Amino acid sequence: MHMADALISPVVGGTMWAATAGVAAYSIKKIQNDLDEKKIPLMGVTAAFVFAAQMINFTIPGTGSSGHIGGGMLLAILLGPYAGFLAMASILLIQALFFADGGLLALGCNIFNLGFYTCFIAYPLIYKPIIAKGYTPKRIFGASLLAVVIGLQLGAFSVVLETLLSGKTELPFSTFVLLMQPIHLAIGVVEGLIVAAVVSFVWKERPEILEKVAMGESLGKVSIKRVSVVLAVAAIVTGGVLSWFASANPDGLEWSIFKTAGVEELEAPDGIHQTMAEIQSKVAFLPDYSFKAPEDENPASADESEGSASWPDVNSGTSVSGLVGGGLTLALATIIGFAVSMFKKRKHNQTA
Amino acid sequence: MSNIENTTFDMRVLDNLASKETVIHRIHPLAKLLTTVIYLTVVASFDRYEITGLLPLFLFPVLVITLAELPVKHLMKKMLLAAPFVLGIGILNPVFDHQVFVVGGLTLSKGWITFFSLVLKSGLMVLAALLLIATTGMDKLVSALRMLKVPKLFVLQLLLTYRYIAVLLEEVSLIWRAYSLRAPQQKGIHHKAWGSLIGQLILRTFERAQRVYQAMCLRGFTGEYNTGEHARITVGDIVYLVAWSLFFILARVYNIPMIIGSLLTGVVK
Repeated sequence: MHMADALISPVVGGTMWAATAGVAAYSIKKIQNDLDEKKIPLMGVTAAFVFAAQMINFTIPGTGSSGHIGGGMLLAILLGPYAGFLAMASILLIQALFFADGGLLALGCNIFNLGFYTCFIAYPLIYKPIIAKGYTPKRIFGASLLAVVIGLQLGAFSVVLETLLSGKTELPFSTFVLLMQPIHLAIGVVEGLIVAAVVSFVWKERPEILEKVAMGESLGKVSIKRVSVVLAVAAIVTGGVLSWFASANPDGLEWSIFKTAGVEELEAPDGIHQTMAEIQSKVAFLPDYSFKAPEDENPASADESEGSASWPDVNSGTSVSGLVGGGLTLALATIIGFAVSMFKKRKHNQTA
Repeated sequence: MSNIENTTFDMRVLDNLASKETVIHRIHPLAKLLTTVIYLTVVASFDRYEITGLLPLFLFPVLVITLAELPVKHLMKKMLLAAPFVLGIGILNPVFDHQVFVVGGLTLSKGWITFFSLVLKSGLMVLAALLLIATTGMDKLVSALRMLKVPKLFVLQLLLTYRYIAVLLEEVSLIWRAYSLRAPQQKGIHHKAWGSLIGQLILRTFERAQRVYQAMCLRGFTGEYNTGEHARITVGDIVYLVAWSLFFILARVYNIPMIIGSLLTGVVK
C-alpha cells in the first residue's frame, strides 16, 4: 500500500507531510511526559522487529497463497499509540530511503495512511474499548481482527483520495475504490488473524508486556457510549461523502479534479505564461487541455513507441524541434557524465 | 527466504557507498537533503502530459552518479524493482483516457503519453532518493535532521531502528531456517504457528531491548543524544544547493529541449 512519489502532486504530498509532522509532534510531546528513557531503545528495537517480521510469509489456510503483516496495529498494541506511530514513521522512512519503497515526497502520505489510522483511529476507538474489560482470548480475537480491518480500510480509502486529488492517473474514482477496498479487506482479515494469534501468545506468555502498555498510555477513560457516538458520526459522514462521490458522474468528477489540480500547478510567472500560450496556439492538438504545457511529448513517445514522426494534425516543425531537442538534451547529459568521469580518471592516474 | 538476504545486502551496499570520499560525499548533508527535496518537488510538479520538459532533469542523477563514483548498474536495478506498482497503476491510463492522438496513421490513446511521463518521473524520483542515501549515509542524514530541529527523541529512535534492522533480520532468518528445517516444503508459516513464531520473536525483542538499554546505561546514556559538533556549512555547500535549485527551476519554467530543438532546426533551415 506504499504510495510512490510519481503518483502524487506536490500539493497533496506537502499537505500530508504537514499533517504527519503535526501528529508526530503531538506524539513526541505525549511520550515525553511519561517517558522513562528506557522506552527509546524499546521503540527502536521493536520497530526493527516489525521491519523484519514484515518479510515473513504466512500461509493462508485453504488457499495456496500467503500473506504478511503491515505492522501498524501490532506496534500500537505493543508500544501504545504514540510510540507506535513514531516507530511506524521510522520504518517507512528507512524503507523509502533504502528500498525506494514509497518515496520521500509521498512519505507523509504513507506514514499517515499506515500509521495514523491504525494508531489513532482503530486502536483507541476499536481495540481499546473492546479490551478495556480485560483480556480474554475471544476479546483479543475480535478486537485485533476488527481494528486491523478498519484501520486498513481507512488507509486504503485515503490512498484512493490522495491519488485522485494528485491527478497523475486516469483511474476513475469508482473503479479505484472498487479495486482497493476489497483487496485490502482480504489483506486486513489475514493480518488481523495474525495479529490476534500473536497478541494471544504474548498475553499467555508475558501478560505484563501488554498490561504495561495499557496502563502507561491511558487515554483517559474511554466510554463505550462516546465511542459508539463517534463511530456513528464517522459512518454517517463517510456514507454521505461516499454517496456523493458515487452519485456524481465519475467522469465529470474526474475531470473537475484534474482540471483543478492542473490549474493549481500552472502558477507560472506571467511572461512565460504568455510565451507558452503563444507556442500553444501553434500546437493545437491538445485543445481540451488549455492549461497544459505546450510542448510536445508526442515526439518523444513516438520516438519510443513507434519511431515514426509523421504528424497529420500537428505543426511538423514543432514536433521535429521537440524530437531533436529532446534527443540532444539526453545526449548532452550523457556526454557531461562521460566527460566528468574521463576527467576524474585522468586526474586519478596523474596523482597515482 | 531470499528477500531477507537481499534486504541485508541492499542496506550493506548503500552503507558502503555512503562511506566513500568524493566531492559529492563531502558536501554538507543538509545541502544534499534540501537539494533532493527541491528536485523531487520540481519533478512532481510537472504536468502529467509532460515528457520532453523532464529530460534536462536527468542531468542531476547523471552528474551525481559520476562525481560520486556510484555503480550505475546496481542503481538501475533498484530503480526497476521499484517500478511495478507505478507501472500497474499507470498502465491503466491508456484504458481510461478517451482522448486520442494520431502517430503515423495509428490512433493511440493519450493515456500512453501520461504513462510514459509517469514512468520517467518515477525513475527520476526513485533515483534521487537512492542517491541521497548512497552519498550521505544514515548517520549524516540524521545529523541534518537534527539541524532541521527534528526532536531528538525521534532521531534517536530512528537511528536505533536502523541499527537493529540488520540484527533482527538475522534473527528472523534464523527462526525461518529452523522452522523450514522442521516443516519442509511449506511456502509460509502454518497458521497453527502464527502466534507462537512471531510471539517468541517479540519476547526475544523485548529482552534484547532490555539488554540494549542496560548496555547504553553502562556507557553513560542519560536520554541525551550526542552527535558531537555538526559539520559547518561552507560556501561550496550553499553554491551546490543554490546552483542546482536554479537549474531545476529553470528546467521547470522553460522547456529546454524545445528551445534547443527549435534553435537547431531553425539553423538547419
